[in-house]
Amino acid sequence: MRISVDPAACDGFGYCAELVPELMALDEWGFPVVSQHEVPGELLDAARQAARACPRRALLLAGPVQEELKAR
Amino acid sequence: MNTALTTRRASRLIAPDALHGPPTLEAHLRRYGPLSLGGGPGAQGRDRLLAEIERSGLTGRGGAGFPTARKLASARAADRPALIVNAMEGEPASAKDRLLVGTTPHLVLDGADVVATVLGAQRTVLCVADSAPEMARSLVRAQQERTGRGRAGDAEVRTLSGRYVAGEESALASAVAGGPGVPRFRPDKSVALSVGRHAAVVHNAETLAHVALIARYGADWFREVGAAEAPGTCLVTISGGVECPGVVEVATGAPVSEIIGLARLSSPPQAVLVGGYGGTWLAGEDLGVPFAPGELSRLGASMGAGVLVVLPGGTCGIQETALVARFMAGQSAGQCGPCLFGLPAIADDLAAIADGTAAPEVLDRLLVRCGAVAGRGACRHPDGVVRLVRSALEVFSADVASHVHGYPCRGRAAPSGLMAQSGLMGSFRDGWGR
Repeated sequence: MRISVDPAACDGFGYCAELVPELMALDEWGFPVVSQHEVPGELLDAARQAARACPRRALLLAGPVQEELKAR
Repeated sequence: MNTALTTRRASRLIAPDALHGPPTLEAHLRRYGPLSLGGGPGAQGRDRLLAEIERSGLTGRGGAGFPTARKLASARAADRPALIVNAMEGEPASAKDRLLVGTTPHLVLDGADVVATVLGAQRTVLCVADSAPEMARSLVRAQQERTGRGRAGDAEVRTLSGRYVAGEESALASAVAGGPGVPRFRPDKSVALSVGRHAAVVHNAETLAHVALIARYGADWFREVGAAEAPGTCLVTISGGVECPGVVEVATGAPVSEIIGLARLSSPPQAVLVGGYGGTWLAGEDLGVPFAPGELSRLGASMGAGVLVVLPGGTCGIQETALVARFMAGQSAGQCGPCLFGLPAIADDLAAIADGTAAPEVLDRLLVRCGAVAGRGACRHPDGVVRLVRSALEVFSADVASHVHGYPCRGRAAPSGLMAQSGLMGSFRDGWGR
């Protein structure tokens, strides 16, 4: 599964960087930078939680989720 | 590449006598001959037309340089897509769309007819900027002569807000659909644009004018001039330190030094900004490079919208770039944080360096900020600014060093605002109103 940010939707609330600091950092203006696009299995739940927590629905998760869940 | 032809002006799109009379349909047909939507009727005819465009090697003239036939082939898979003709001229240093639509509107409409036929388009929308109302008038006048002939005669002419990013294709599709006309985040660029329930495809006005000629004279004729990788002719807008700024038509692959020579240089050029305001500076010693995608890319540049801005000796490239960066920062649609906040920060750093007020660490911070902004917008606007600034720091590295260490700027004595001559100041007034 891949994680990305819709920059047009993002308003820089920054919750994502709090919830998955392994994958996201904030730039000097407080907007998230994806440091690692591929989400490793052990971070899938945290990534999903971060996507749900985003007030702007700007954190996007895409990819073969089911397969990765089975492989866990 | 046929170098013998590259040193001359070409006149496929721009007639030598274009300004001597109104571009009537009669005069147009006398010059170019009738447009046959070749290939014959039905789906087979459309296939043959598309095959001819593919064989011509025509690439988009709007900036991205994507192969036209490939764009058409993928749009064709959609059910009756909308054809959007981009004559917005969003690039401040470009004047080619205005010249083309003003002097040869029927060629653009012919091309729109051909492409609409190939696509089985449901509608055709011709988009011009509100800052150039004469372009809308020229298109409507031309359409009135074509009533009952082809689809372009019935196409809608839309006058849209002419901001810098308004001509970006997803922004244009949004505006045509009645939306806000700002770029949309598209992680997968191969996913088709849409207008309402229909897929949409955007082609630049110049690209369509070339299609009109390919439909008439064929791919072999089209390829007779120009670089093999991007054949044909192209319109180039030359401005800055030249005596005769304006639009010329040349074969692709002509050396940049010879193209700018057509506008008569007032002094040996120090550097040339290639592609557009989001383009790349080329140093004076690199100007022998052919104006063609492959050769330019080796220098980090691209043909872009066919823009060449000449920086004469005695001016300061950093000062001029700081002006452009400031303008571009103001042109952000304001949707994406890295663009909205990052571009003004980059412009500030560059202005501080240009003014000689920057501490040495500002240069390091500027480079970090360039890296932080690149690739982080919904559209490529921030990437263009980063490309411009990085190339300026490279090409004018000696000036940067002088400025940072407090030496007098060699541009101080020269009149600043060279960029103003290339249309920048006028565009300031048409900005986002912020």
